[in-house]
Amino acid sequence: MSPNIFSIPETMIGFLIGFKPCDDPLVYACPNACDQNDAGTRETPNMTTIAFPAPDAGIIARRDEIVAGLAKLVAGEALITAEDELRPYESDALTAFRKVPLAVVLPSTTEEVAAVLRYCSAQGVPVIPRGSGTSLVGGATPQEDAVVIGVSKMNRILEIDYANRAARVQAGVTNLAITGAVMADGFFYAPDPSSQLACSIGGNIAMNSGGAHCLKYGVTTNNILGLKLVLHDGEIVEIGGDHLDMPGYDLLGLLIGSEGQLGIVTEATVRILRAAEGARPVLFGFPKPELAGAAVAAIIGAGIIPVAMEYMDKMAIAICEDFAKAGYPMDAEALLIIEVEGSEQEMDDQLVRIIEIAKKHGVTTIRESKSAMETAAIWKGRKSAFGATGKIADYICMDGTIPTGQLPYVLGRIDALVTRYGLRVANVFHAGDGNLHPLVLYDINDPVERQKAEDCGLDILRLCVEVGGCLTGEHGVGVEKRDLMPVQFGKADLDQQMRVRAVFDPAWLLNPAKVFPLEGRVAA
Amino acid sequence: MTLFTPRTEIEAARLVADLALTKKPVTIQGGATRAGLGRPNQTEATISTNRLTGITLHEPAELVISAKAGTPVAEVAAALDAKGQMLPFEPMDHRAIFGTTGEPTIGGVVAGNHSGPRRIQAGACRDSLIGVRLVNGRGEAVKSGGRVMKNVTGLDLAKLVTGSYGTLGLLTEVTFKVLPRPERALTLLIKNLDDARAVAALSAALGSPFEPSGAAHLPAGLSRPIPRTILRLEGFSVSLEYRIGQLRRLLADFGELIVLEGEDSRGLWRGVRDCEFLAEPTESALWRVSTAPTRAPQVTAAVAAAVPGARWFYDWGGGLVWLSLPPTADAGAATVRAAVASAGGHATLVRAPREIRAMVDVFQPLGPLTRVTGGIKTSFDPAGILEPGRMYAGM
Repeated sequence: MSPNIFSIPETMIGFLIGFKPCDDPLVYACPNACDQNDAGTRETPNMTTIAFPAPDAGIIARRDEIVAGLAKLVAGEALITAEDELRPYESDALTAFRKVPLAVVLPSTTEEVAAVLRYCSAQGVPVIPRGSGTSLVGGATPQEDAVVIGVSKMNRILEIDYANRAARVQAGVTNLAITGAVMADGFFYAPDPSSQLACSIGGNIAMNSGGAHCLKYGVTTNNILGLKLVLHDGEIVEIGGDHLDMPGYDLLGLLIGSEGQLGIVTEATVRILRAAEGARPVLFGFPKPELAGAAVAAIIGAGIIPVAMEYMDKMAIAICEDFAKAGYPMDAEALLIIEVEGSEQEMDDQLVRIIEIAKKHGVTTIRESKSAMETAAIWKGRKSAFGATGKIADYICMDGTIPTGQLPYVLGRIDALVTRYGLRVANVFHAGDGNLHPLVLYDINDPVERQKAEDCGLDILRLCVEVGGCLTGEHGVGVEKRDLMPVQFGKADLDQQMRVRAVFDPAWLLNPAKVFPLEGRVAA
Repeated sequence: MTLFTPRTEIEAARLVADLALTKKPVTIQGGATRAGLGRPNQTEATISTNRLTGITLHEPAELVISAKAGTPVAEVAAALDAKGQMLPFEPMDHRAIFGTTGEPTIGGVVAGNHSGPRRIQAGACRDSLIGVRLVNGRGEAVKSGGRVMKNVTGLDLAKLVTGSYGTLGLLTEVTFKVLPRPERALTLLIKNLDDARAVAALSAALGSPFEPSGAAHLPAGLSRPIPRTILRLEGFSVSLEYRIGQLRRLLADFGELIVLEGEDSRGLWRGVRDCEFLAEPTESALWRVSTAPTRAPQVTAAVAAAVPGARWFYDWGGGLVWLSLPPTADAGAATVRAAVASAGGHATLVRAPREIRAMVDVFQPLGPLTRVTGGIKTSFDPAGILEPGRMYAGM
C-alpha cells in the first residue's frame, strides 16, 4: 500500500478543504503520482476476466511508419515513443490493467489534436484520449496498438467572465485550478471529485464527474456551457458557447459522460458560481444505520437540501478516525456529515432544523465544527476514507447508485453478501443522492480471496440495479463495468447507444475497448 | 389523416414499427397546446399520447417522480404540490402565446426542453430529467437514465432526446428529480433602469451569494409605462429577510428595492415564464434568443434599429431575450439572425404563421453540426418517419 499518497503539503489540504471539500474515491494523489501511476498508488484487483480485443498485428508491425507520420504533425517533445517514457501511460488509476501503448502524443493546440486524430483515423489506428489519468474504472487504459492523445499540456485558463459567470479553459486544466483562478473573487467551479487536485476538466467531461456537493450544485453535465470538440476525422466543431441551452439536439448532454468515445474535447466553457458566504459541517452519530437513513429522508422531507450529506458506517468511522483524528464518534454505528452553507444566521437556522430532526431519529452525538481547523479535520477524515482503508487492507471500491429509500435494505443485503463471501466491507456514501461507495476489503496476495472480492463487488452492483439503481453514479463504466452493462440495459437500449456512438466513430477507433461489451457491437 | 392513441408502450412500439415498414411519416401530439412550435410538417398519421397517462412513481422522500408522457403537467404539479414539492425548472405554459386550450403534457415539456425563470438557478428541464422511456423510429422501446439522481452509466440519451421535438422518438415515460417548494417567495423590484443598467444589476445579483431564483427585466410599455427590473428570492423566511438586506446594500447604486409578495410577485413570474407580456398582438412574430447576458442589450438594440415596433423583455439575467416583431414576410429572420450572429448564441422563431415557418429557419441553423445531427436522427429513425422536417428542412 502506499504511504506516499497523502504526502501533499498540509497547505494544499487546507486549500482544498477550506474551499470546497471534495469527496469520494481517489485519494489525495499528486498530479505527478497520477500521471506516473506509481505501482501502489492504489491497489486494485486484477480483473483477469475482463478481455481486451487482440492487438492488431498489422498496426504494431507498422509502428515505425506510424511514429514517423506522427512526428511530422507535432513538435518533437510532444511525441513519446521510448519504452521507459511510455511506461507512465500504461494505465490510469485502475492499475490492474497495464498495456504499453504504441505511442503517446501530448499536443499543445486544438489543431495538433485535429492533425493527429485525422492521421490516426486515416491509418485505422485506435486512439485513447487521456486527461490526468485518474480514472478509477480504466477510462484511459491504453492498448498496444493505440496512440494515446493526452491533453495535459493544454492547461491554460483562457478567459474569465464574471458578469456572465463563465470561464473558458483548455481541457488539461485541473478541476481545482479553475476554482483556484476565481476563488479570490469569491467564485468557484462546482463539481468537486476528490481527485480534483489532479484530475483534468477534460477527464471530468469525459466521465461526467460528480463529488460530495452535487446534491445542491449538480454534476459536470449541469455545469458546462460549451465545448470545442475534435471529431474522429479531425474536424473541429464548437458545441454550445457561453449562453444557456445549446440549439438543436443536446450534444453537450450527449458528449459529457461519453468516456472519450465520441471525440476529443480540447476546450470547455464552464459555469462559475459565486460561493456561499460560509460553510459548516456537522457530525451526527446514530446507534443504528436505519436511523441515519430515516433522518436523511426526514431532512429532505422537511424541505431542507443541505449542500452535502455523507454517510459512513462503523467500519469506515473506525478506519478514518484512526487515520485523521477528526473526532468522529467511535461508539456510533453510523455517522452523517451534513454540511450547510450561507450566512452565519442562515447556517444557524438550518442547523436548528436539522438537529431537531436528528434528535427525533435517536441521534446520540452531535458535533458542530467551531473553527476552520475542525472543519478541515472533519472533511479530511471523510476524504481520507479510501486512502485510510488502503492502509489496513486491500479493497475494491464500488460506485453504484440506489433509490435512497432502499438504503436500509441494501445495507443489509451488502452485509449478507460480504459475510457470505467471508469478507469485510466499509461503507462510505453520498446519502442525499444514494451514490454508494462500498469498499470490499480483502488480501491481494490471496488469489482466492481476490476473486471473491471481485465477485462480491459485481454482486453489489447487480443489487444496485435490482433495487432500481444503476452501475455507476460518478466514476463511469470504463473497462471495469463494461461487461455488466447488459445487467442494466436491454439489447434495444444498448443498440441505440451504440448506433449513436457509431455516428461519431464509424470504425470504433476512439477508446474502443470501453463502455460497451465487446460482443454484439453495432454500426450506425 | 389517421389518429392513433396507443394505450401502452408495447402498443406504441408495434404501431411505430408498422409505420416504419410502410415509411409513413407521423406527427406526435401531447396536449396540442404547443403545436405551433417548429416547422410545419404534413403527415398522414398522428400519434397522440392522450391515453398514455398517469403518475407511475412518486417517492417524496427520494425527490423523484415518474409519469407517462401524456400525463397533464397540471396533474404532476398537483401531486408534487400535495407533498410540498415542485418541478425545479418551472416549465413554460405556451397557451398564452398560442391562444390554445387543452392541457399541456409532461411529455411535451420534455420534447421541447421547456424551462422557465428558475432555469438560471436550478437548471433546465434537461437538468432535472433523470430518466426516459421512448419508442424510436424502428419501433423499439428504449430506456435511458433511470430513477436515481446520480447515474453515468452509458451514453446520456435522455438529455439527447430532451428538446428533440419528437424527431428521435415517441416519449412514453419521463422521470424527474424534484425540489422542496420554498417556504416563502418574494420579488425585489427596481424601477426605471435602461436595458444595459438592468442587466448590470441582474449580473451583480446573480454574481452574489444571495441566490436569486429569477432575474428578469421588463422595459417600459410591457403592461406598465416604466421599466421594471425584478429579482426573485425563495427559501426560508429568516434567510429571505437577510438576503433582502444584503441585496439592498449591493444594489444601492441602481435604485430603491421594492418588495412584492403574494400574487403581485407570483403573477409577475408567471408572466415572464409564459411570455404573457408579448402575447398580444397575436399576429406579431415571437423570437426566443439565448445569448450571454451582457451582450443581450446589443442584440435588442440591433433589432430595434432595423425593425420599427420591436418589443422585448429579458429573463435569465439577460441571457434569454423574448422578442416581438411586427408581422413581415420573413418574421424578421434576417435581422434577428444577423444580430445573434454578431453577439453569439442562438435564436428560435417561436410564433409565426405556418407559411413563414415553412420558409425560414425556425431553429438556429446547424452549420458544421449538420452532419452529426443528421446522423443521430438516422440512428434513431432510419426510415425518417418521426416528425420529418419539424426541426430542420429535409431532416
